[in-house]
Amino acid sequence: MAGSSDPGFDTLALHAGAAPDPATGARALPIYLSTSFVFENSEHAASLFNMERSGHVYSRLSNPTTAVLEERVAALEGGSGAIATASGQAALHLAICTIAGAGSHIVASAALYGGSHNLLAYTLARFGITTTFVKPGDIDGWRAAIRPETRLLFGETLGNPGLDVLDIPTVSAIAHDAGLPLLVDSTFTTPWLMKPFEHGADLVFHSATKFLSGHGTVIGGVLVDSGGFDWDAAHEKHGRFSELSQPYDGFHGMVFSEESSVGAFLLRARREGLRDFGACMSPHTAWLILQGIETLPLRMARHVENTRRIVAFLAAHAMVARVGYPELEGHPSHALAKRLLPRGCGSVFSFDLKGSRRQGQAFIEALKIFSHLANVGDCRSLVIHPASTTHSRMDDAALASAGIAPGMIRLSIGLEDADDLIDDLKRALKSAEKAA
Amino acid sequence: MKLDVLGHEAYAYTGGKTFDAGLPCIVFVHGALHDHSPWTLLARWFAHHGHSVLAVDLPGHSRSAGAPLADVQRTADWLLALLDAAGVQQAALVGHSMGSLIALEAAARAPQRASRLVMIGTAYPMKVSEALLNTARETPLKAIDMVNAFSISSISAKPSFPGPGMWLHGSNRTLMRRTQALAAQRLGINLFAHDFAVCDAYAGGLQAAAAVRCPVNFILGERDQMTTPKTTREIAAALKARVVTLPAGHSLMAEAPDGVLQALRDALTG
Repeated sequence: MAGSSDPGFDTLALHAGAAPDPATGARALPIYLSTSFVFENSEHAASLFNMERSGHVYSRLSNPTTAVLEERVAALEGGSGAIATASGQAALHLAICTIAGAGSHIVASAALYGGSHNLLAYTLARFGITTTFVKPGDIDGWRAAIRPETRLLFGETLGNPGLDVLDIPTVSAIAHDAGLPLLVDSTFTTPWLMKPFEHGADLVFHSATKFLSGHGTVIGGVLVDSGGFDWDAAHEKHGRFSELSQPYDGFHGMVFSEESSVGAFLLRARREGLRDFGACMSPHTAWLILQGIETLPLRMARHVENTRRIVAFLAAHAMVARVGYPELEGHPSHALAKRLLPRGCGSVFSFDLKGSRRQGQAFIEALKIFSHLANVGDCRSLVIHPASTTHSRMDDAALASAGIAPGMIRLSIGLEDADDLIDDLKRALKSAEKAA
Repeated sequence: MKLDVLGHEAYAYTGGKTFDAGLPCIVFVHGALHDHSPWTLLARWFAHHGHSVLAVDLPGHSRSAGAPLADVQRTADWLLALLDAAGVQQAALVGHSMGSLIALEAAARAPQRASRLVMIGTAYPMKVSEALLNTARETPLKAIDMVNAFSISSISAKPSFPGPGMWLHGSNRTLMRRTQALAAQRLGINLFAHDFAVCDAYAGGLQAAAAVRCPVNFILGERDQMTTPKTTREIAAALKARVVTLPAGHSLMAEAPDGVLQALRDALTG
């Protein structure tokens, strides 16, 4: 496929990292469900273990099917490489633990997925890694929160739950001025809507469970490295990231930044984090996610098209107090969204139903096409009422402080006929009105 | 390891082992806008199999200080000075693309110091189109994208380099951008335009070939669009080179790491 330019996004979504199987001629990617791979001889074995050759040894470290997924996501993001993990949470953990340890500090957006917030606020704190949370739009706050022991800045392309658009160019500039990388959770946008590396991010991860897979069948994550962050320069200037620029006793005294000028982070993450924490992805899962990625461009276009119609419907409905979608002029991130997300702001958003918590429940129960569950990014439309589920233990005052109204509903718009989705919502809104 | 070469600090990767000038030495010389890192798998293998290795960063590239030298001849002199600094009397010289011309010229200038010469992804003359030279001068990032696309012949080269999960198009582009940015930041120069002009201007290949005394091997990519195999015939004949062609493009070490290793083992130990 060599030519004067790289293939386009849709071509990469189908082909990057894969070719007809050289062993069998199979056109579709085979699933290499094998824990381990035979060495040609003792010398071959030793050279694989000593990183004198590239290849597969054991599927916790790498696998031929999983490697295709890794290359494909890296290609779509414009990165240098990637590591597939057991879940999006595992990808976040791997990113952090590759360059942070006890005594390290993180500056993170306060508008995060609940699981990420739990990891940073409670779990990693038990292991000595602390986090300062700042509002994603508080630019001075990002800068002020950085300390000598800070190791990375972290935010979501579209923050939870209000869809605050992360100002990646500005926040990455703050990070780089301080000799730090910016890690971005790009789950809600996928590379079809935005490539964070083009705006200055250094590391990106996905919960591939969501749009990349798109079919609600598997749990997985992918961590991608741009390869552009200069770990040696940051070490020289600030004393950070000795994990990458100094000998590592746990792998033959290897200095990862010498082994690869652009792959140091991924080499350490694979040879330490995957090896020791073990949160790897099954090749079967990788194959299912690849099936989803093949149609990612088509699905994302339809997700956004449907979402725009439903946002317009809800914004004009008498039972709806507010719709939180950045393409609407009243949204706080509207200007940033126009600049960074011209293809659309995804298909997950929330709206506030007028009325009580009970009316919110009535709305949910009246829906027939939308599935009531705790996930997003499926090809089927999904709904959840935080006040009666994920945040049910909070009283109204506590909900308000978390930015959640009693009638707030979160939707994940799927690929059904938009007219059917609108009819479903109409019926449910009527039920909510009657429940007053 | 770091060496002082002609008054500037020079970096050479030693394959994960302490450099031992008493072992048979292999010197790896990178191509335009690269550094030592495309060699690391090969360098590690030879360093752990009875050799000492020096995979250099040329002046002005990544970890080596000083300005890039003006032409192939002066860079070859620098390479010989690096051997002096490392205490190496004789070495096998292995170069890729622009680095292959530097290795050739060094083997010609000091025939007694070159035990073997291996030219990978090479051509002579290594002419660069005026259109690409202009693009390199005016919009180097665009030129990097063009060269990157021309250099890698597959979007599924396995097992990938330096390990599984690496996207060769992305990692090669990032390496070139990084090397370009470092040179711009430290030296205020357009290294891409410089390196391609050096390749284009080199006219001493046949003269150098006449002076080379050691066995010569070529390792070529059958799908190479940057230095096509047909452009090597005259220089290969002049050097009486043994030619091995691999199913790869210009980025042979990344696209066919095992094939290059086998060909190098044959060339250096056969």
